[in-house]
Amino acid sequence: MSAPDLLRYVLRLGDTSLILGQRLGEWVGHAPALEEDLGLGNLALDFIGQARLLLSYAGELEGRGRDEDALAFLRDAPEFSNLTLAEQPNGDFGRTIVRQWLIDAWQLEVYEALQASTDTRLAAIAAKALKETRYHYRFSCGWLVRLGDGTQESHGRVQESIDALWPFTHELFAADEVEDRLAALGVAPRLDLLEPRWSARVSAALHEATLTRPSKVHFPWHGKRGVHTEHLGHMLGEMQHLQRTYPGAQW
Amino acid sequence: MVGEQEQRVWQVLATVPDPEIPILSVVDLGIVRFVRWERGALHVGLTPTYSGCPATEAIRRSVREALDEAGYHEAALEETLTPPWSSDWLSPEAHSKLREYGIAPPAPRVISCPRCGSHWTSRVSEFGSTPCKAHYRCEECLEPFDHFKCI
Repeated sequence: MSAPDLLRYVLRLGDTSLILGQRLGEWVGHAPALEEDLGLGNLALDFIGQARLLLSYAGELEGRGRDEDALAFLRDAPEFSNLTLAEQPNGDFGRTIVRQWLIDAWQLEVYEALQASTDTRLAAIAAKALKETRYHYRFSCGWLVRLGDGTQESHGRVQESIDALWPFTHELFAADEVEDRLAALGVAPRLDLLEPRWSARVSAALHEATLTRPSKVHFPWHGKRGVHTEHLGHMLGEMQHLQRTYPGAQW
Repeated sequence: MVGEQEQRVWQVLATVPDPEIPILSVVDLGIVRFVRWERGALHVGLTPTYSGCPATEAIRRSVREALDEAGYHEAALEETLTPPWSSDWLSPEAHSKLREYGIAPPAPRVISCPRCGSHWTSRVSEFGSTPCKAHYRCEECLEPFDHFKCI
């Protein structure tokens, strides 16, 4: 069970990208406007691409012959270590935007810091992903402000989504012993140093969007440790169906 | 002599089109990062444009086929990520080819309409038909067009 720290850390990052990418992909053909459909689809592609870079690295670190596809399609929910926030259902467009914006703001800090990682492979992936995260954030924050500072209806619905998703943000910066040990080696950033920047960015955006920042809430979920909400299993059921039914199937 | 050998490989690669924007070759796109011989073996470095670009695998296959056809059966294709690809790496020819093809090339500030040349254009969406393109509209001739994004 005690996989090396680096492997566990790379899996956490990769799983968060994969699960969020899959969630965004659920929007294809359903978004409120064609432009936003393309936008969400493009984001989904970036996240799945980033997941591929990370999970193929994880497969190499693990050294048991599992590639990124095996890791994505043949693991069960407790083996996934994504942030619990990423697996939350899409809800309405506003809910998806809030989830996206919170994670984009987190990735901005994490990837920025990871560029200086002593692990050169991780630093290279972070530098690549950061360029994409910057426009992801422009997209999600732009919509957050438009919806928050929009009509009474859009404001109310987005505020409701913020209140519902806020408890999950606690996990973004709650470091465990894996992250502590990697931070000491300069492989991973110290999350407590990143939180103030994330918090300031998020507060400024909420202010612009005329939304209210909820207070801190106790958080019982630990996606990083494989403890997930009930939503992940359902999502994986759909995502993994084809590979589980027809192992090795190709396009 | 090595210089000449490498030149020949670059010429072969310059015939491999991008599957999404076929007027551009992989060399025009700036995704071929190196061509070199190490102990008699050919190494070609490719970098993806966007992490999630679905064309990446197709490009790899076409590069492999082109090298095979040219007799470089043993060539090793390597993926490089550092430094990450930038639209600044598009060749000067790529800019004019894109414009002729109806796609506004990457530009820092003013995006001109590839059809009428007007600077009076507006962005419809930062996202388009492929990860590398944004959706624009010309306010002069009213035609929609793609813009190859700066990244």
